[in-house]
Amino acid sequence: MSKGGVRDLVPGAIITNPPTSLRNKTGSWRVMRPVIDQNNCIRCRICWVYCPDGAILEIDQPYEVKGRKYNISYIVNYDYCKGCGICAAECPVKAIKMVPEVERI
Amino acid sequence: MKSSRKVEPLSGNYAVAYAVKSIDVDVISAYPITPQTTIVEKLAEFVANGELDAEYLHVESEHSAMSAAIGAAASGARVFTATSSQGLALMYETLFIASGMRLPIVMALVARALSAPINIWNDHSDLMASQDTGWVQLVSTNNQEAYDLTIMAYKLSEHSEVSLPTMVALDGYIQSHTIEPVQLEDEELVRKFVPKRKKEYVLDPEKPISMGNLGDPDWYYEFKVQQVEAMERAKRVFREINSEFKSLFNRSYEPFEVVYGDDADTILVVMGAHTGTFIKATKTARSEGIKVGIGILRMLRPFPDEVVKHLSQYDYVGVADKSIYFGSPSSSFLTSDITTALHLEGSNTRVATYIYGIGGRVLRLEDALFIIKNLWRISKRLEEYSKKPVFVGVRY
Repeated sequence: MSKGGVRDLVPGAIITNPPTSLRNKTGSWRVMRPVIDQNNCIRCRICWVYCPDGAILEIDQPYEVKGRKYNISYIVNYDYCKGCGICAAECPVKAIKMVPEVERI
Repeated sequence: MKSSRKVEPLSGNYAVAYAVKSIDVDVISAYPITPQTTIVEKLAEFVANGELDAEYLHVESEHSAMSAAIGAAASGARVFTATSSQGLALMYETLFIASGMRLPIVMALVARALSAPINIWNDHSDLMASQDTGWVQLVSTNNQEAYDLTIMAYKLSEHSEVSLPTMVALDGYIQSHTIEPVQLEDEELVRKFVPKRKKEYVLDPEKPISMGNLGDPDWYYEFKVQQVEAMERAKRVFREINSEFKSLFNRSYEPFEVVYGDDADTILVVMGAHTGTFIKATKTARSEGIKVGIGILRMLRPFPDEVVKHLSQYDYVGVADKSIYFGSPSSSFLTSDITTALHLEGSNTRVATYIYGIGGRVLRLEDALFIIKNLWRISKRLEEYSKKPVFVGVRY
């Protein structure tokens, strides 16, 4: 795809065909990845609320654990999660762990 | 319908307010600062009286005033704000955002000295300190021009080939608080001259676009070069607007106009409200055979090409600058620009610099006469040229 130049870009850096930001997979910035332990997760939605990038997804996936039934689950969209760790810090039951993307050498 | 064309005694500030009313702005964001305040006060009165149907925003600072203007312009509204001195300084970062986003905002700048020491009087330090912000800068010399240039500024800013914000400068007190007869034009005719057009890209929930985006190293550069080209086009578009204005209203404003230049031995370049004083002085000097033309610079950005054409035929020219460009080769913004423009065209014309009117220091007719005579003597080799500026009227 041609990037366009002075002659054809829309002046003022206006993006006329949003949402182009989806093309920018910011997941590559991540150093630590959040991993949700579905057995401990109480489906409180706090991680979903706090995520600054909308990278926690609420999906229609029933789950049964410790005799409790849930209609939804939370998963991480690793395409856009930057690994900031806010979800792990906010999780009231410590069900999210931050795991290094690469092993320390 | 009855024409609203009439001559009114108006201060420069009221003249600007009448121009803004006549072009029917949609949004006014206002924060008071001396000597600008009476512009937005008058506009508040127009809005309160139902004479102008506009959203009047009381903001908490000039930074907010420009930010609100940017937001309103992005939504397609015709906007106006006004400021002076410290207010313009506080707006500084948002000035670049307005021009970078290519928003056709028009702002009146009532020129005033910058602190410190705090000073509410007129000079051009605020105007000159904002010349690199990507705004078109028009400088009026009297209240009629302030009215006319404000109207023309909207047409220029909103022109599809320009799409840049424009600052219309008038001098604090000398214009802002001095009453002169001003020809107010019929509002219907003014609105015909500056019609509201549907802008191509505006914030609209029905047709979402995104503005104010990130421009990473792969993209930023192209948008900046587009701004350079828009500035260049603004020179031609202004000339076109000027001739249309002339055919409708019978007044016209050259970006650079020389008076008493035909048989002159040299030219003194001036800008702003003291132009009249310099013209009066040069008329007086003629009785002694001292022939100096006055070059009136009305467009600071983009810098008009005509300046070099007029000045390069002389060995020496002069610049009267009402601001100080600290630490620069000449201590003068105008001398820097003019010398650069001359040199780039291969001209060897040398520029003598006269700094005056700093912090509102009165320029008496004798001072203007001194400048004109001194420059003329240099042009005749009766006085030695110096690259150093003359600080007219300063006490050592």
